[in-house]
Amino acid sequence: MAIVLFLGHTEADGGLAKGALEALEAARGLGGELVVGLVGASVDAAAIGGCGAARFLAVTGAAFAVPRYASDAAAAEAIARAAGAEVIVAAQTSRWARALPGVAHRLGGAADSHVTSLSADGAAGRWYYRQRIEAVQRRSAKPWVVLLEGGCAPAYSGAPAAVSVESIEAPVSGLERTVVEGYRSAQTGEQTINPEAKVLFVAGAGWTKKQKDGQVRTGEAEELILGFVRKAKASLGSSKSLVDLSGEGHAVLPFLTHLHQVGQTGSTPRHAKGLATCCHGEEPHVVGWRFIQERRAVNLDGNCGWARGKADVLYVADAFEVMRKVNELLGAAAAGA
Amino acid sequence: MSYHIVVCGGIVPDPLQTLEPAPGAAPSLKNEMMLPAVLDPWAAHALYESAHLAKKVPGSKVWLVSLGPKAKLQQVMMTVAQRAAFELVAVDGPSSGFTDSAAVAAVLAEAIAGIAGLDRSRLILAGGWESAARAAGTTMQVVGERLGITEQFQGVDELEVLRDGKLRIAERVEGGRHQISVCDGPPVLLGWATGNLGEPANNPQLGMQNMRTIMPALQKARSAAVGSGGLSFDSVSLPKQQRQTRIVKDVAADAIAREIVEWMAE
Repeated sequence: MAIVLFLGHTEADGGLAKGALEALEAARGLGGELVVGLVGASVDAAAIGGCGAARFLAVTGAAFAVPRYASDAAAAEAIARAAGAEVIVAAQTSRWARALPGVAHRLGGAADSHVTSLSADGAAGRWYYRQRIEAVQRRSAKPWVVLLEGGCAPAYSGAPAAVSVESIEAPVSGLERTVVEGYRSAQTGEQTINPEAKVLFVAGAGWTKKQKDGQVRTGEAEELILGFVRKAKASLGSSKSLVDLSGEGHAVLPFLTHLHQVGQTGSTPRHAKGLATCCHGEEPHVVGWRFIQERRAVNLDGNCGWARGKADVLYVADAFEVMRKVNELLGAAAAGA
Repeated sequence: MSYHIVVCGGIVPDPLQTLEPAPGAAPSLKNEMMLPAVLDPWAAHALYESAHLAKKVPGSKVWLVSLGPKAKLQQVMMTVAQRAAFELVAVDGPSSGFTDSAAVAAVLAEAIAGIAGLDRSRLILAGGWESAARAAGTTMQVVGERLGITEQFQGVDELEVLRDGKLRIAERVEGGRHQISVCDGPPVLLGWATGNLGEPANNPQLGMQNMRTIMPALQKARSAAVGSGGLSFDSVSLPKQQRQTRIVKDVAADAIAREIVEWMAE
């Protein structure tokens, strides 16, 4: 029976994030002999102790507390060699996406990222050309490292159980040429793409165009957009055109940075609901919406090519008016709560 | 310290083109050779950021290593050459997104290793953190591994050279944040996201200057076969989802707002 290694990195509390639990569940579904490998300052494997793994391996210590290519790759390589796995499943996190392709090379295997489905017969689904072409593929190279996108498998939810964790040694000498200083939020301090948010709000270029009164009302647009994002605790995304305008130094909507961008060179978020406003355009915009489950749009063009057939509901209306009312309703609901 | 900056950048179909898979055993795009191509958007950011750094640090030099069909590379370079100063290292081969990233990495690493006069102790190896073709973000790490570079960063938006020569790097991580790291210095690998620079304006004079080295580089581009890496495809298809869009017109903003708020609360 093939050995399947689930690889997880722990969070500050020693536990695993939701994406990791989804990857664990996907690994369990492959049907081989499951081995759990954990990396972090410390690990608490009891929370997933009932997952049925034959072994629990861990690389721990201060050097492995922070995400860093050299130490993460060394830890993952050591665990993978100790496990002797043919398939390695991990969550598509920035940490593993940075390190695991290099680890696959060290192990003589192959890596596939942004995998959206994984079946027991060895078929993996992923998208090519920025979510425009869907493929189902296989790998003969072993070990096969699979980075699973968030939201593509149910999260493991078994009962905790005490387990014995085998400590694996990974080299630390010479691996600390890079020091992680910390984290910084986007300069605007505003939320960008928050995977935990229920709603994604996408601001299109229409917000910066002349409105019915012939005036450009970017100040009002900023107030409405940020007001909604704060009240609804929504993720904030923007189309590429808006981001480019910001990047070119125009005083358009300066709080929108490249981190807000969805679509071709931006993110392709996964939220339960998405509300697009003043977005026009075809495929590049649609790309950013591929994985939004319920989609609604507000814009002035009833024939908008991207919204028709892609959104569930298209409100042909002035987004300024609609969002002002939406914000009033959300504010009233919050005040009454 | 001056830098030797090598940017890996492939070519991809212009993002505004409609793409369809072509029928056949090996996956490819319909009319792939006819589609207008551009330098991969993320690689382009890597190139612009690298050229900007080289301009700021005297004695630095930028190479652009690109794997693609020679004719398409020539077409793309006519535009790219006007935007940044670099020396091209061209490799004639497939630019398809359906090729294996590790096999592509092997070709790129070999091309980089063969650059005459490249000082690896001063090497900043750059590229896009993903491509608009394979969209995997798995190539650069393997190029780095093959060249022995263990200081690797992905989703880079900012690079700052500190007074002591160390490099401070901002990488995109979850939650709209940047992870800030300080690295001792080269050799280092930077997989750029979008960075902070806008697309440079076309500079025909720079283009003419670049083309003097680009044309010979294209002429002597060696052909490279890209292995499959044990990758095979069961299916390659366009998504078929088409939604029945309900159009709501001539309705007061109040009513629309109420409907949106109720929908959000569901």
